[in-house]
Amino acid sequence: MINFEKFTLNNGLRVIVHQDASTPIVAMNILYDVGARDETPGKTGFAHLFEHLMFGGSVNIPKYDVPLQKAGGENNAFTSNDVTNYYLTLPKQNLETAFWLESDRMYKLAFSEKSLEVQRNVVSEEFRQTHLNQPYGDVWLLMRPLAYKVHPYKWPTIGEKIEHITNAKMEDVKAFYGKYYNPNNAILVVSGDVEVDEIKKLAEKWFGPTENNGNNKREIPVEPVQKEARFMEVERDVPLDAVYKCWHMCSRTDEAYHATDLLSDMLGNGNSSRLYYELVKNKNLFSEINAFVMGSMDKGLFVVSGNLLKGIKPEDAEAAINNEIDKIRTSMIDEKELQKVKNKVESTLVFSEMNVLDKAMNLAFAELAGDAENVNLEAGKYQAVTPEKILDTAANVFRPENCSTLFYRAK
Amino acid sequence: MIKSDLRKKQPPLKSIGEIKLQQPKKHTLDNGVPVYLIDAGTQELSRVELVFDAGSFYQPQPLQAYFTNKCLREGTESFNSKSIAETFDYYGAHLKVNIDKDRANISLYSLNKHLDKLLPVLYEVAIKPSFPDDEVQVIVKKQRQEYLVNMEKVSFIAGRKFSNLIFGEKHPYGKIAKMGDYQNIEKKILKQYFEERYRDTEFTIIVSGKMPDNILKKLNQYFGKHHINRKTEAAQTTSIEPARQLSHFIEKKGTLQSAIRLGKPMFNKLHPDYLKFKVLNTILGGYFGSRLMTNIREDKGYTYGIGSGIASLKHGGMFYIASEIGTEVTQKALDEIFIEIEKLRSSLVPEEELKLVKNYMAGNFLRSADGPFALAELFKGVHTFNLSMGYYSEYLKTIKNITTEEIRDLAVNYLQPESIIRLVVGKDGTMG
Repeated sequence: MINFEKFTLNNGLRVIVHQDASTPIVAMNILYDVGARDETPGKTGFAHLFEHLMFGGSVNIPKYDVPLQKAGGENNAFTSNDVTNYYLTLPKQNLETAFWLESDRMYKLAFSEKSLEVQRNVVSEEFRQTHLNQPYGDVWLLMRPLAYKVHPYKWPTIGEKIEHITNAKMEDVKAFYGKYYNPNNAILVVSGDVEVDEIKKLAEKWFGPTENNGNNKREIPVEPVQKEARFMEVERDVPLDAVYKCWHMCSRTDEAYHATDLLSDMLGNGNSSRLYYELVKNKNLFSEINAFVMGSMDKGLFVVSGNLLKGIKPEDAEAAINNEIDKIRTSMIDEKELQKVKNKVESTLVFSEMNVLDKAMNLAFAELAGDAENVNLEAGKYQAVTPEKILDTAANVFRPENCSTLFYRAK
Repeated sequence: MIKSDLRKKQPPLKSIGEIKLQQPKKHTLDNGVPVYLIDAGTQELSRVELVFDAGSFYQPQPLQAYFTNKCLREGTESFNSKSIAETFDYYGAHLKVNIDKDRANISLYSLNKHLDKLLPVLYEVAIKPSFPDDEVQVIVKKQRQEYLVNMEKVSFIAGRKFSNLIFGEKHPYGKIAKMGDYQNIEKKILKQYFEERYRDTEFTIIVSGKMPDNILKKLNQYFGKHHINRKTEAAQTTSIEPARQLSHFIEKKGTLQSAIRLGKPMFNKLHPDYLKFKVLNTILGGYFGSRLMTNIREDKGYTYGIGSGIASLKHGGMFYIASEIGTEVTQKALDEIFIEIEKLRSSLVPEEELKLVKNYMAGNFLRSADGPFALAELFKGVHTFNLSMGYYSEYLKTIKNITTEEIRDLAVNYLQPESIIRLVVGKDGTMG
């Protein structure tokens, strides 16, 4: 249970406060409702590049990190296909520094040419390090456009290609900021040993004067229903073959989400899960196998991926996955197996409420997905899932024509 | 409204003040096994961790320690691997096994309400594993494949070679496993190591979280009854012998980035200069605003990240700098690293920068002590060296009192460029 209070400033900034007196650390999380799905084709990777630029100084503060470090703080940020999320923790005595820093970069960024130039290079190196110079690193550069034909989920957060990043211009950067980095497009969460009144005053003082400049209405093309199974294979310089499969599924806010998530746990979470036990342990086909859902704001993907043991053919490995998929979509699961994955979820939720930063993020994401209060309703929604609902969901997701498959072959 | 000039000035900072750390409460089970309780946190959950002196340092043959630890959960006298996995999964618990150079750990993370169902299985896993050969072979095969994949990563190739260069071929910290070593792993080898380093050997239990009811009684029931042999550790005879040659290069065809590692053998926590050196290290490469990050990432854009650190091991230590760098700029980055080291040796760190680092380190310490598991990690960090939590008061005192002259002297004494071994794993022809 996470208790919180929520209020909205006149400029539309939503503020959520969670009190936890057990720690000397305060967490601040600012989520901007903008991600890679808001990018235009040909200029992909932009939301993430922009995240880097947010550390390049704001109009009154030349370096973001320096004052925060002086205050004993630490920060980071991440970008996904849906959001750009900034967070920091610092000793509670110095909380006002967090307000000062975060409000100034929402108020006005400095837009230094030097910062843009350097961060284009840094992000290009990040692109190489995480997506090009890693075995299997380009998988999502291949899978996303296979599964999505029109929706911007067809490119990964890092971008479709490095050139999109190296070509980024200052005018693009400014337009992006103007459009999305506005108070009515952000959610601010403060969590720690704080008083609500104190946060109200600080929020008003530092964020209150910032006006909304942009029109952040999004028009994202809807992905048409997939009518035919898709297949792709590539050869790469990797030691072992791998198989990736994905199916379109519902969005994070859909009523079927919790059943779909439990379904992925049954298949792939833990050493007693179906895929691990059957295909890794029993049949010795894979060295590892995973199943997971993308809890994205628009319709997402249900993914199964596995690395094959040497000597196993991708065709045979895929047949074995399909066999497990067929089982789960055609026969009712037993209560005990369902209870197992429910218990896992319950435990994961309790563990996710251990520290102020995790709680702040949970609240911000729940608010984005509709209402912060959902953070406390999640557990109940998982517990309410029935075996029938699982079967229903499986039958719906695992339609053969809904599937895209990638064979990633070793050269 | 705030005036815009108000925005130019950082709100006043307050010092963090005194940090009081909880001392874990020590208890002893009937057979002498020590238990430390760290009662903290807000959630009804806990971690029960068993710590054995069974790291790779002690292994007679490569991979033996790793697979012994890894296969504990693959079958016991009363349970097979499937039912072990089922039990932990069913109660939403996590069993984590982990090994480093010195220690082997088994940790159970669970909601307190399920602990009674889980302790009997934890007991079997830790005290009565049977290492069924078919299960062992599945795990070995799996890990051998992972090794093949890892050997495609420049960072992995660099990491393993670097230990070898720093500690020497003969030292247990410097020995590295090769492909052929996997085929020597079998039940007998694991059982042997288990008997030597786990069973009948003194280990430590650390419980952190909200204390489950009657936790000591329960632990005693499972872990307090069997006979424990108290061995004194045999003296370490092999000495650390770093490579004589300074520069090393390994080619990785087609790579887009080089992995670089620079460093040298270093003292561990027991040395009087260790804590001070931590401050020097932070300035050089220990945080986002460090000199290496500022120069090589934020000014030049050569890398996504670069950092330095000091690894404190029971029988030695190492100082290291690590990064992945565009192949075309690798030599330039190396030059910049040595320029930064030279600066620390020849000129004083400005007071303003030192003050920032002191505040950052104090704040970071506060974070590292936040929550029950964090406290347990701090405790483990000193317990290995037979130090108490009081060590951290020393740490904070050192941060507070260290002077810019002392930092320069440390750099002069410990970071002589001619003592620093350099390794590049990258593309041939890109090095100057």
